[in-house]
Formats: sequence, C-alpha cells, structure tokens
Amino acid sequence: MPTTVLIPTPLRGFTDKKASVVLDGETVGELLEQLASQYSGLRRHLFTDGGELRSFVNVYVNDEDIRSLQKNKTPVREDDVVSIIPAIAGGRF
Amino acid sequence: MLKLNHNSLRRIQLHAMRTYPEECCGVLLGKGEGNARIVRSVVELRNQNDANRERRFLVTPEDYRKAEEQAQREGIEILGFYHSHPDHPAAPSQFDLEHALPNWSYVIISVDDGVPRAMTSWSLQHDRSHFEQEKIEAYH
Repeated sequence: MPTTVLIPTPLRGFTDKKASVVLDGETVGELLEQLASQYSGLRRHLFTDGGELRSFVNVYVNDEDIRSLQKNKTPVREDDVVSIIPAIAGGRF
Repeated sequence: MLKLNHNSLRRIQLHAMRTYPEECCGVLLGKGEGNARIVRSVVELRNQNDANRERRFLVTPEDYRKAEEQAQREGIEILGFYHSHPDHPAAPSQFDLEHALPNWSYVIISVDDGVPRAMTSWSLQHDRSHFEQEKIEAYH
C-alpha cells in the first residue's frame, strides 16, 4: 500500500530533490528496499555493505523509532509517515 | 566552499573553549548557492554522548528534528554540523567518516589546551571513500 517516506535534506540530492517519496510496501524493510532500488545512490548511505541499516540512520514510523518496534519488520499502513532521521555523531579517534 | 560570517566563527570558537576538554557540537544553518554553502547562523547543541564526551559527540534524532524545524521556520536549511577535537588536529577521524552523510559540511575545530586553533571543513564524497577538505571563507 502507498506510504510516504520523508527524506532528510542531505539525501535529497539522490531523490531528484524530493523531500518525500510515496512507495508501496507492507513493512518498513520493504519500503527501504524499494527506496534504495528506485534511487540507487541512496543505498550506500542507508545500508552497510552487509545490507544492515547503518547505526546512525534512524527510521521512525510516525513518532516511533522502529528499533523500539519490530525494526525492519515493522508493518506500515497507508496513512503512516516514515521518516529517515540521521543521528549525527563523530569524534577525534 | 563554506562561507562563515565572523559572528558564527567566533561562536564556534567560544563553544569549543567552553566545553573543553569535552567535544562540543552544533548545527550550521543557511543556504546553498551554487557550489558554496553560506552559513547565516550556528546553533549550539548539547553533546548527548553520555559515556565519552572527551572524544565523541552525538546529536540525537530529537535534537536533529528540532534543528530541522527551526531551519524550516526561518526558510533556511541545515548545511552541516560542527564539532571540536580537544587536543587533537582538526582532521576527520575514521569514526567521523563512518557517521557522515554527503552534501553537508562538517566543520572541525581543534582546541589545544583550552585554546581554539585551526578550523577546517570537510565534505563526504558520494562513494563514502573519504572526506574532501573545503575552503572556509569568512565574511562580515
């Protein structure tokens, strides 16, 4: 079913400047896979080489972090909004 | 290229001095123009890393969302983030690289024994292989 996925500013360069994309999927994992397939430049910034969601990439369904729900298997409904929100981290070594 | 007004530059230096020997962090707000990112203001953020603030910083998704909302209200954008490297060169670490996104500026300020020193800015290459240093131009 169609669900809206919000794209953070620095990644809009890979989605033809779109701030949101409507995708079909039953779960968050399906939506993210669709997103990365449709906009291939995004994949390496969302996922590690092993296909895991990068640790600093947070995904929310409405206001809930999917890590506190069912992670990739979190189901989505048509009126849900899925947001990709980076945690900004770094340090000297 | 990153254009920083003198006021923003000074605020980053003061923030880095104040949090020394811990790392500070904050967000750069402004507009992109061609290949340049022009910073209009900087907003100090709390380093939310609980365990190791001497060598790590963290901006939580909640703080990120607030910064994005502030930018939207002001009709500007998040252009990147700054953080300090206490007693360490102003060069990005492997940890910085692993946690960066492209199309943003990452400003690093070195603080030597409490005194702000070099300030550099870096942009992640799209293949995530490395940071490219970008020029910082100060303006009034």
